[in-house]
Amino acid sequence: KLPNVVASQYKPAGEANTPLKYVTGYNNYYEFSVDKEEPASVAGKMKTRPWTVSIEGLCAKPQTIAIDDLLKFAPLEERIYRLRCVEGWSMVIPWIGFPLATLLKRVEPLGSAKFVEFISVADKASMPNLNRAILDWPYTEGLRLDEALHPLTLMAVGLYGEELPNQNGAPIRLVVPWKYGFKSAKSIVRIRLTDKMPGTAWNKAAANEYGFYSNVNPDVDHPRWSQGSERRIGELTKRKTLLFNGYNEVAPLYAGMDLKKNF
Amino acid sequence: MLSINLRKLTPARISQLKYIVFLLCLLPAALLSWRFFNDDLGANPVEAITRGSGDWLLRFLLITLAITPLRKLTQWNWLVRLRRMLGLYAFFYGVLHLITYLWLDQFFDWAGILKDVWKRPFITVGFAAFVLMIPLAVTSLNAMIRLLGGKRWQLLHRSVYAVGVLGVLHYWWLVKLDIREPLIYAAVLAILLAARLLRNKPGAQKQGA
Repeated sequence: KLPNVVASQYKPAGEANTPLKYVTGYNNYYEFSVDKEEPASVAGKMKTRPWTVSIEGLCAKPQTIAIDDLLKFAPLEERIYRLRCVEGWSMVIPWIGFPLATLLKRVEPLGSAKFVEFISVADKASMPNLNRAILDWPYTEGLRLDEALHPLTLMAVGLYGEELPNQNGAPIRLVVPWKYGFKSAKSIVRIRLTDKMPGTAWNKAAANEYGFYSNVNPDVDHPRWSQGSERRIGELTKRKTLLFNGYNEVAPLYAGMDLKKNF
Repeated sequence: MLSINLRKLTPARISQLKYIVFLLCLLPAALLSWRFFNDDLGANPVEAITRGSGDWLLRFLLITLAITPLRKLTQWNWLVRLRRMLGLYAFFYGVLHLITYLWLDQFFDWAGILKDVWKRPFITVGFAAFVLMIPLAVTSLNAMIRLLGGKRWQLLHRSVYAVGVLGVLHYWWLVKLDIREPLIYAAVLAILLAARLLRNKPGAQKQGA
């Protein structure tokens, strides 16, 4: 159980949390399995202590921080976010974490830093799929620096009051609620500030299907399926998908940008 | 049991066998609905039903296509007496698969469905495969064979090969990255189709003992 967690203003009005058993039992974590039910039973083998996160690249104070220090270094908040998977399903998850901006400010990004790259763990001992060329391991993701600094962007260390289960990306993961779920990289070991748009795992695997931005957008279909609606896990009917997953406060980040071209 | 001559089953044995196979083929559907109504299909039951019915549709299609080569191989001529039922079961799981899509995925939003069939290649080929199965199911009655005449009936039913190819393609194009499973279906289908090509080649080994 994570101590001293304060509630935050971030919670979707009138939307129930997705039951814990689904949040922890239905996961896309391709290092463990391409099946969504398997990570829950396989991921336990991954060791999340000791664990460090190295923050490096274009910053004045690069540093490597141990996970237990990360848990204490900023006040932990509970933030209830919608999560929309690119596959067309969604959840509402009470995350616990702190804004990524808090962490980035501590390393003092240089003026030349324009992007942030996130690198997930690639632990051969516990992750059976690393021997197969499914994605270009280690899993990497990226954000523009202003997206990374947005107050909604969260480094999550827990959910439902507890530390993150391994299948949900323990011990620390990214949560970017207005983008498709795969942008929220799990089990992060390295964060790198760069001046070039970093490659991302899914973009490298299928550039025409998974763009760098991957903002939730009902008007930009995945080439193989519509993104206009979604099934909330635990519900039988579907609901309309909202632009930016309903987080309209991020719209200024993309002012004047063609969202169809920059999908 | 050991004394049964598998090359020559009595009519009574064959009809017993048909009952057993009928029930066995129903089992996946029974299990899926039992799990659905007992909330045992996990976080996304609609996806589980779609996947389950699609899997069994492909499996029954391949089993049906395996009957003829298997019969030639083993001389178990009674196998052909099971073929129609197996083919109809493929169709049955196809209907289940389609209904799940139309109802629980699209909620009969016909405009959206039309757009899907038109715009999404994997749905286009899946839908085409289903449409091709309809005449096969309709003409599966003995009376229809007589009505069409054996030759024409046989020609029509060759379209099951196209159903197989489209069905496997449908699955292949749906998968996000890991194509191992569709690859297995594709390999089995390729073997079953190749078996026919080899057999029909002029100068090929004469069938029979």
